Amino acid sequence: MIGIVSYGTYIPKYRVHTEDIASAWKKNPAEIIAALGVKEKTVPGVDEDAVTISLEAALQSLSCFKGKPSAIEALFVGSESHPYAVNPTSTIIGELLGVGTSYLASDLEFACKAGTAGVQMIAGLLSAKQIKYGMAIGSDTAQSKPHDALEYTSASAGSAFLMGSESVAVSLLSYTSYSSDTPDFWRRDGIRYPSHAGRFTGEPAYFAHVMGAAAKLFEKSKLQPKDFDYCVFHMPNGKFPREVARRLGFTSGQLAPSLTVDHIGNPYSASSMMGLSAVLDVVSPNKKICMISYGSGAGSDAFVWKTTTKLQALQKKRKNLHGLVSQQIENKTYVDYLGYLKQTHKL
Amino acid sequence: MNITVAGVGMTKFGELWAASPRCLAGIAVSAAIKDSKIEKKSIQGIFVANMLSGMLGMQGHLGALFAEELGLSGVPAYTVEGACASGGLAVHAGVMSILSGQYETVCVLGVEKMTDHKPELVSSALMGAGSNEERLAGATFPGLYAILARSHMEKYGTTEQQLASVAVKNHFHASLNPLAQFTHPITTEQVLRSSCVADPLKLLDCSPVTDGAAAIILTKQQKASGVHIVASQIATDSLGLAGRKSLTELASTKRASEKAFIQAGVERKSIDLAEVHDCFTIAEILAIEDMGFGKKGEVGKLIEQGAYTLGTAERIVVNSSGGLKGCGHPIGATGVKQIVEITNQLRGVCGKRQVKNARVGLAHNVGGSGATAVVHILRK
Repeated sequence: MIGIVSYGTYIPKYRVHTEDIASAWKKNPAEIIAALGVKEKTVPGVDEDAVTISLEAALQSLSCFKGKPSAIEALFVGSESHPYAVNPTSTIIGELLGVGTSYLASDLEFACKAGTAGVQMIAGLLSAKQIKYGMAIGSDTAQSKPHDALEYTSASAGSAFLMGSESVAVSLLSYTSYSSDTPDFWRRDGIRYPSHAGRFTGEPAYFAHVMGAAAKLFEKSKLQPKDFDYCVFHMPNGKFPREVARRLGFTSGQLAPSLTVDHIGNPYSASSMMGLSAVLDVVSPNKKICMISYGSGAGSDAFVWKTTTKLQALQKKRKNLHGLVSQQIENKTYVDYLGYLKQTHKL
Repeated sequence: MNITVAGVGMTKFGELWAASPRCLAGIAVSAAIKDSKIEKKSIQGIFVANMLSGMLGMQGHLGALFAEELGLSGVPAYTVEGACASGGLAVHAGVMSILSGQYETVCVLGVEKMTDHKPELVSSALMGAGSNEERLAGATFPGLYAILARSHMEKYGTTEQQLASVAVKNHFHASLNPLAQFTHPITTEQVLRSSCVADPLKLLDCSPVTDGAAAIILTKQQKASGVHIVASQIATDSLGLAGRKSLTELASTKRASEKAFIQAGVERKSIDLAEVHDCFTIAEILAIEDMGFGKKGEVGKLIEQGAYTLGTAERIVVNSSGGLKGCGHPIGATGVKQIVEITNQLRGVCGKRQVKNARVGLAHNVGGSGATAVVHILRK
């Protein structure tokens, strides 16, 4: 049995209200909030980036792990805001964690699903018995151009999954992937902000891929939405995950615990991994969770997770040491739009 | 003047992400040729209406491109551009080419692919239809039509609710048109509550960004039971609003329609239905008034009362297809689609949205904020 042995989450403490962003651009805040379903989002501190956020999440996951850092034999960091174009985030994290030198490190980029791509790669190495433990991190200080629609939701956070084949708190029962060349969102090398194709990012992109991956996962696992206790989707805004859950036949009750987007926005590669972490923080053992990420360009990774009795101890440790996702969400300080521009180095 | 509309065809209008311009053109032209029962090899000229391909898709030279694509390489082919009136202008050019004696049978194709491109690029490209002063001032077409709407409201007391009733009517008509972009009815409340785009115009006062193509086969050969174009007229005005004498009428529409009624030898009261250019709700009110289908300043109220709605119209049904607002507005295709709709109505094949006893129809296509207006009158 392979799965998640431990996990960590990091949510920057700063928030900006959607209302403040909308007002700065003379938009009607109520219309924007109603359209996107996001009232506030996280803002990185002035000295935070995808590396520091990854490290915080990784350290949390290690603090709840009985083994040594050197037990980690593979470390993948998925992000679309790696500080360096050339110079891996993953080796910086490996060094700071004290992993040593006998490990496979790699940075991943696949828009908002780079983190879950790492989860699948670690799962493959574990299943092949090439490694005993591996860590997959999804982390972003999400970029968005001022006055672009993305500005209301692009957020910052990270989630790290320490995976192994022993003492798993969440077992991975099945996984699959669905990919196509669909240019809905992109950022060319050297360009600061991503571009997107407006409404094209919806039906032929997010919905087609998430639902395509779901169909494959249901077929492979022989499970249907009613067989799951919870579901988690990538959350580019508050509307898409709710709509795709409805289309697939999940109830709002199955979806509700995962909806971190309502409180922190969309931290790109960390979005679905943070959603799963939020669910894992509150569920009891023997619960099945359907998780489907989405990355523009485009693809979706789909997973069937099942919690074990080991999870309860992990939840307790997280609560005492670092705070659950819900507690991290509540630890916040608001900045105004000017502060947001400064802290994201736009001013 | 008597040009036969031998065949018509169009694609579904909407967000057609899986279809290329070549694909859209192929569907529309194939349908038109099949409908005409004229052999493809009889087509002697092709007129392609398009505005944005060069700016958004970096593809000009559309006449030759589509001639090749349609298997008509070697046939004379032209691109016609006149902003949102490109379709009407291409139909006019096709008509003129037959009247001149140069060709006997021609194909007019309107095609536009808009949704593949970033919204800000589409908005910027559309402003190619405005004046340099308007572009430098940062104006967009919603803003320009908002100025017309505000002027009309101040002079005649037209209300936002009356503007909204145009959108409600056209969505109702579109709900009866399976090829329309929006096939759902909307309420006045929904229009009034939609996001403000350019005060007083709200999101649902505006026509959408659309992909689509429409094609017609025109011939001088007479068909006993056919539909005929009996008037084809164009008028122009200043490119920008600043050059206009009045902001509560489009002089180009008045001139083109007056010439068309004279050319056709029909009176306004003979018109059973009209497809008018409702790029924004105020544009339909202006069109109906400027062509004399309602008294200046009173049309908003009449639309609200159902005077131009299928089923309740007193004299003339306006935009039975759903218009630009409900059926969609693929710029170059719009003017050609209007001819497709009128032709089908006069043939009596429009099903649930059929205008009873339709014998004479009018198509009105506008470029920019009224710099170009094209009016066609058709009868069976």
